[in-house]
Amino acid sequence: MSKVANQIKQTATLVRAKIQRRSKPTLSFPLRSLSNVKYHPKRGFLELKGKKKTRTLTVATVKTFAQTLRMMSQARSLVEDDEIMTKREAYYVSKNWEDARFDEQPESDTVIDDIEALFEVNREQLGFIPEEKGGEVAGKLIVIDRESDTGKKLRIDCTKFGSGAYSIPISVEHLKFETKAKFVLAIETAGMFQRLVKHSYWRKANCILVSMGGVPTRACRRFIRRLADELKLPVYAFVDCDPYGMFNIYRTLKVGSGNAAHIIRYFCAPNAKFLGVTPQDIVDYKLPTHPLKEVDIKRATDALNNDPFVQHYKPWQDAIRQLLDMGVRAEQQAFAVHNLNYVIEHYLPRKLSASKKFLP
Amino acid sequence: MSFSSLDNSVKTSIMIPTGSEITDQKNREQRGLLSGSLSQDNSCLTTQFLFVINRAIEKDLSLHSCRLTRDYDIRLGHVYEQGADFMTKAKKKQTKKKTKTVRKAMSKTRRTSKKTKPKAKKAGGKGIKTTHRASKKVKPKTTKASRRKTKKIAKEVVEEISEKEQPLHSTAEEMARGQREISVAEFFIKNRHLLGFDNPRKALLTTIKEGVDNSLDACEEAGVLPEVRISIAPAKEDNRFQVTIEDNGPGILKKQIPKIFAKLLYGSKFHRLKMSRGQQGIGISAAGMYGQLTTGKPIAITSKISPSRPAHHYKLEIDAKKNEPRIIVDETVKWPVKRGTKVEIELEAKFQKGRQSVEEYLEQTAIANPHVSLRFMTPDGQAKVYKRVSKQLPKLTREIKPHPYGVELGVLIKMLHDTKSRTLQSFLHSDFSRVSLRVAKTICEKAKVSERSRPARIARQEADHLLKAINHTRIMNPPTDCLAPIGDELILAGLKKQIEADFFTAVTRPPAVYRGNPFQIEAGLAYGGSLKADGLARVLRYANRVPLLYQQSACAITRSVLNTSWRNYGLQQSAGALPTGPLVIMVHIASVWVPFTSESKEAVAHYPEIIKEIRLALQECGRKLAKFVRRRRKAAESERKKAFIQKYIPHIAIALREMLELSDRQEKTMVKQLTDVLERSRS
Repeated sequence: MSKVANQIKQTATLVRAKIQRRSKPTLSFPLRSLSNVKYHPKRGFLELKGKKKTRTLTVATVKTFAQTLRMMSQARSLVEDDEIMTKREAYYVSKNWEDARFDEQPESDTVIDDIEALFEVNREQLGFIPEEKGGEVAGKLIVIDRESDTGKKLRIDCTKFGSGAYSIPISVEHLKFETKAKFVLAIETAGMFQRLVKHSYWRKANCILVSMGGVPTRACRRFIRRLADELKLPVYAFVDCDPYGMFNIYRTLKVGSGNAAHIIRYFCAPNAKFLGVTPQDIVDYKLPTHPLKEVDIKRATDALNNDPFVQHYKPWQDAIRQLLDMGVRAEQQAFAVHNLNYVIEHYLPRKLSASKKFLP
Repeated sequence: MSFSSLDNSVKTSIMIPTGSEITDQKNREQRGLLSGSLSQDNSCLTTQFLFVINRAIEKDLSLHSCRLTRDYDIRLGHVYEQGADFMTKAKKKQTKKKTKTVRKAMSKTRRTSKKTKPKAKKAGGKGIKTTHRASKKVKPKTTKASRRKTKKIAKEVVEEISEKEQPLHSTAEEMARGQREISVAEFFIKNRHLLGFDNPRKALLTTIKEGVDNSLDACEEAGVLPEVRISIAPAKEDNRFQVTIEDNGPGILKKQIPKIFAKLLYGSKFHRLKMSRGQQGIGISAAGMYGQLTTGKPIAITSKISPSRPAHHYKLEIDAKKNEPRIIVDETVKWPVKRGTKVEIELEAKFQKGRQSVEEYLEQTAIANPHVSLRFMTPDGQAKVYKRVSKQLPKLTREIKPHPYGVELGVLIKMLHDTKSRTLQSFLHSDFSRVSLRVAKTICEKAKVSERSRPARIARQEADHLLKAINHTRIMNPPTDCLAPIGDELILAGLKKQIEADFFTAVTRPPAVYRGNPFQIEAGLAYGGSLKADGLARVLRYANRVPLLYQQSACAITRSVLNTSWRNYGLQQSAGALPTGPLVIMVHIASVWVPFTSESKEAVAHYPEIIKEIRLALQECGRKLAKFVRRRRKAAESERKKAFIQKYIPHIAIALREMLELSDRQEKTMVKQLTDVLERSRS
């Protein structure tokens, strides 16, 4: 029996024992929020501080309690049968539970996240898989996978997708890699990724291109992490110059998020560096801008005040202040103002030549 | 003024309408005629013209008239008074004949005086309407058509015509001619709304109310448990009903019957300070008068005062001019009851159910008078019975003397004048309640009037001092044994009898005093059960055990209910509204003199003392209600929780069984244990 299945059984036993002693059973979960994480500079990612919330079985909590236990039981059977289930499927399965069924998917998602936190594993280990796409890869990388029915080895060459790209699978733990590239370039928008692929930038710069498509999914982060760990490659992030690009996308990639702090250690790339676009770039490259929206300003001030990662790095605080002073934001595709391929021909080469100056 | 477009042929005549009976067609006619007459000679407006114009304006007839009247404003008011008596109906045929003769006469009057001219014209007009009294007089005179007679006509029709110079103003002598005594009956025929006969529906209710109130008062005073039968039967004509009210009371002496039932303001209750339902002696005779007025039928009374004597049967009419009874039938009949009184009135009425109906009145009467048995026969032949639930008659009440705090200067002067006492001190002591000789002396000293002075000699100024002294002297509250509250037990019994609810409570406050009159407040609540849960609470108002059905919003009781904060007692209440919920609120005020806002006894006046007492009573009830509501809400809550627990506990057990591979038996045990744990935690 796997480790997770054992954990589940143990928890269930504890609950039962409490009931038999005629006392109220409890389940305790790590609190999932930014207030419960701290930045660990040596390890390079956010860690839980250890605050916990305890869910005691009372009249008010009886429904969630029942649902959590039933979901746990579901996870256990998934693990034992080596089966997988999307969150959506889990929601539909709950429809068999009569009164304990979920009315909306967000309710079941929350319960799954709770269980995940409870056992401090990622949901894939529990057999629950996300719906979301993992991101795309192009460039000098060979991914070694297996055929799912025969188990035969598959060598996937990421240079051979032409104008397309390799799609990161939901689970990346079983993959192996070979590469001669020098670095990984993680890109925010699919548009920029397309441009770089079209012009085979990976060949020119000898790198691996990864399209994150907004905030990187867990699989995407894990994939980048494994590239970084196993191939010892530096990771550079190329995102928009706005608080969302900096803190939702880059910060999550590098150190993880508050919500999933219990599993961050697997799902972040602590060695990632911020290539651009920086506030200084706006000035240096005379980029066209848009004014910061209210949410942007709020997000930036929030980061300054509450984000343990930002609070640890002086350069980031300066960058934010500079951005707030300028009161504008710029997108990575703004370089098109000079020339469609200005990014490839001028911006990236110039930036890469001074990778030491990247923001941490 | 522009009336140029009008036809000349109408110029010479005018129709004078009676205000209330103008039909649309007449209306138009009137406007045309009026304008025409004006156009001919508008420099000389006479009384009747102005009167007609005035009427026209009242009816919103024409803009021209309005403009006109602004100039003649002052005269209009005067004219209106004068002309009022003459503006009545006449028959068109008669008037046509008259017109010719009168016109002749008019030409003569024109010669005699320029200013009377147009008046006379009108008087002789095609459409003259006069009261039938007036027309009788006018008729013979007009036929003669002599010069002198026409003058007379003109005078009579337009009373204010002066001899020579001032046709628009009357002299004192002329005014005196119109001044005469008004009989009470005549007054109330005109103002029947004051007594509750505004419309056929209300008339029916008022008639029954007056009859039943009288019966109950009589029975209680005689110490008999009241048994009243009420029947409303449709009469032959549409919209008419035969109302019968029959009681088992002491009966009425033969010689008293005509005056009691056919003379207004005749009764035993007005001149005493004692708690009773009736107060003025108007009610039942007014009902009889209304019947007589609307159907022409007399009121019928049958009364028997002893089993050994025969019953008397009377049919009475009221002579409105004299306010005296007119006996139509006076006979002896056999009536197989021991004693009692039966009143039958035929009247124009409308029978309705629901709010402010006879049924509601009887139901509410039954609540406040649990010692009463009522049987009610509806027009469609249904019998409704309101059973007696208590054999306990209300305590007999004592008559009291007025308390000095309630007396006003005029009353004091009158009492001083009428008293038999010889000294001021003994007057104060014996004619008021709660004034001892010592207190009387103090009052006299404070007023600087000798206590030995003769009451009849006290001057107005001294009486004024005396009144002030009274108000500055501490005098004990009036005795309260003159009040007979229903009592909380009987209120509960009454409420339980008529209302299906889960919770009842009642409170009787100690007696209190307003303006020297003792009063006592009682309140009761019924909550839950089959009462409507989502409507506003129902308020039952009583004064001396009589339900008040009209003018709820003008009543001090309603005000107090509104001003009580029912939210404190677990009910919902939006600002300025009655509380919401399955609630009936009953409030009773018992007093020797209930301060009604009007003669029709529909609303209690806003005395601060009364409002305060009602509020206290309601709050006391409210606190008891709150306890009940809270307990019930808690029970419901725990019931809900229990259901909730039972819904989800099995799932916990199922999950644990699946994970731990337990047996069915173990699962069942788990459910039991879990239920235990949670049920325990609930309390």
